[in-house]
Amino acid sequence: MPENTPVKRRKFQFFDFIEKPMELFIRICGWSSIIGIATIFVFIFKEAGPMVPRLDWVEFFTSSRWIPNPAPGNPASYGALALIVGTFGTTFIALIIAVPVGLGAAVYIGEFATGKVKETLKVVIELLAAIPSIVWGFIGLMVLGPLVKSIFTAAPGSAWSKIMVTLQLASADGGTTQGTNLLTGGIILALMSVPVIVSLSEDALRAVPDNFREASLALGANTWETVRRVLFPAARNGLLAACLLGMGRAIGETMAVLLATGHSNRIPEALTDPVRTMTATIAAEMGECVQGDDHYRVLFILGIVLFVITCAVNVAGDLIIKGVKKANKA
Amino acid sequence: METASKNPFAPGEFERKKDQALAHRKWVMFGFCMLLVLPLIAILVDIFWKAAPVLSFDYLTENPTNKGKEGGLWAPLIGTFYLVIGSLLVVTPVGILAAIYMNEYAKDGWLNRTIGIAVTSLAGVPSIVHGLFGLGAFVLAMLPGFNAMLGLEGDEKWEAGLLTASLTVAVMNLPVIITSTREALGAVPQSFREACWNLGATRFQTIRTIVLPNSLSGMLTGIILVVSRAAGETAPILFTGATFFKFIADEGVEKWFPYGPGEPFMAMSMHLNIISNQISQMPENMKFGCAAVLIALILIINSFSIALRVWLRGRKRW
Repeated sequence: MPENTPVKRRKFQFFDFIEKPMELFIRICGWSSIIGIATIFVFIFKEAGPMVPRLDWVEFFTSSRWIPNPAPGNPASYGALALIVGTFGTTFIALIIAVPVGLGAAVYIGEFATGKVKETLKVVIELLAAIPSIVWGFIGLMVLGPLVKSIFTAAPGSAWSKIMVTLQLASADGGTTQGTNLLTGGIILALMSVPVIVSLSEDALRAVPDNFREASLALGANTWETVRRVLFPAARNGLLAACLLGMGRAIGETMAVLLATGHSNRIPEALTDPVRTMTATIAAEMGECVQGDDHYRVLFILGIVLFVITCAVNVAGDLIIKGVKKANKA
Repeated sequence: METASKNPFAPGEFERKKDQALAHRKWVMFGFCMLLVLPLIAILVDIFWKAAPVLSFDYLTENPTNKGKEGGLWAPLIGTFYLVIGSLLVVTPVGILAAIYMNEYAKDGWLNRTIGIAVTSLAGVPSIVHGLFGLGAFVLAMLPGFNAMLGLEGDEKWEAGLLTASLTVAVMNLPVIITSTREALGAVPQSFREACWNLGATRFQTIRTIVLPNSLSGMLTGIILVVSRAAGETAPILFTGATFFKFIADEGVEKWFPYGPGEPFMAMSMHLNIISNQISQMPENMKFGCAAVLIALILIINSFSIALRVWLRGRKRW
């Protein structure tokens, strides 16, 4: 071999040139989500700020007198109790429906279904998740609402009406007068949060090691007993997190409840009373109020309340999931 | 004797009951699945059935007239198109680079954990709060500064429009794209990276030549998901630039480029919101027609994503 073979150097390329600036840029983008959440916080507080010390907080949480447009003899008052009850009421109904259905569907898809059936069901769940919230609202208003109305309408004093009143399904004045109400909103929200619950619970069930299943089957348990006595306890935290994240979605939902809950600011007495949620109030009233006045700022305060609740729910759910992943690795 | 001929392995009373219970439970759970599938099909059939009389090619290419009671859906459709493009231009580079940072650069420490929590909280922020944020940050804080910087006066001033709405939708979809890109990057085996590093490549060279080409198609499914979400969102664009009616040209180039970045625009989701509950004497067909077109749009975009994923799984090599 000759002594002085010149070392062949690779040509300095364009990408070598931009490597350092690009890495800096990647680092900045990496922080983008922190920047995003911080700016959301800052700007919502900036708009709500001047009203925070002035707002009667006791009234805000305990009264349902929501009078944003004061008239003579009718002073402005911002009592959000009915809105809070509306938000949690619809969410509660949604969860009562969505949790059993979601868990059942997840168990079926994860443990029982095979082949084409499994793939088809997964695609359907995905499509359910893809339908935009405004379309769900439209379905509540135009398809489900009339159905609910026709089922729960009864002449005052008739037998059906008496049954409904005793079961708290309708107000004392007999049947419901409108199809968009607590029940309709709850059903729509349930259909919207089921995909979240199904896909996360299925992940949680899949995360249970296979030797748990094999051990249980070897002891003579059948599939259902394995699911109930082995998989459910083992995946408990993951399933809980799935329900929490489904709840987060239901609380924050806006357009669907704006169209499907009837938009009436009072505390519901029966299942088919119209209600109104915090999210729908912001969406409906932000367009009407003057930028910078009290009403405008109170709507931002509602936004802060929602932001804090959903952040807490989501972060709790996520921490539970992360904890489960770590425990499984160890 | 009867006992002698009896099969000793035949299921007893206990086993039979257990099997029955299993079959029973299986049907109940199958019923839960059907509880999701059947209403979905029924609702879709109902909507498309009622929309059928108005659905036609002209319905898509004509502008709405008389408060949306007549005409078609061209103006909101093209508005949604530009909204999607605008938000993608912002969210794709930032989201993908953020995912690269989290997956390839960041060490497993407090910073990465904080970023993870930020992504989760951002994903959980209600859409209407994103709308409030867009109003406060982009419309009220950014636009006046922007106008002053460009020295725009009077009619030339940019108002809440495509730019502000796209930015708001982009912030909203940031966690979606970060999560899906991280998944795609995580699917590239670590040994690929190690082989590349051993040849002397830097981290950046490895990402550019090995990691990105091998995860590109996985990222694409995430981007398609963002397209479908951006097309359907209503709450974030309510106060940040979407408007119910804007007159746009019926013919020529103007028809294809109707909205400037600083002008209010029409969008499908906004159009459906207004015509379904705020205009009196709106013909039923027009409401269902608008809903049907929006649903069809979303379903088509999503089937692309599903098809892409099935195709990817088919040719997975590691």
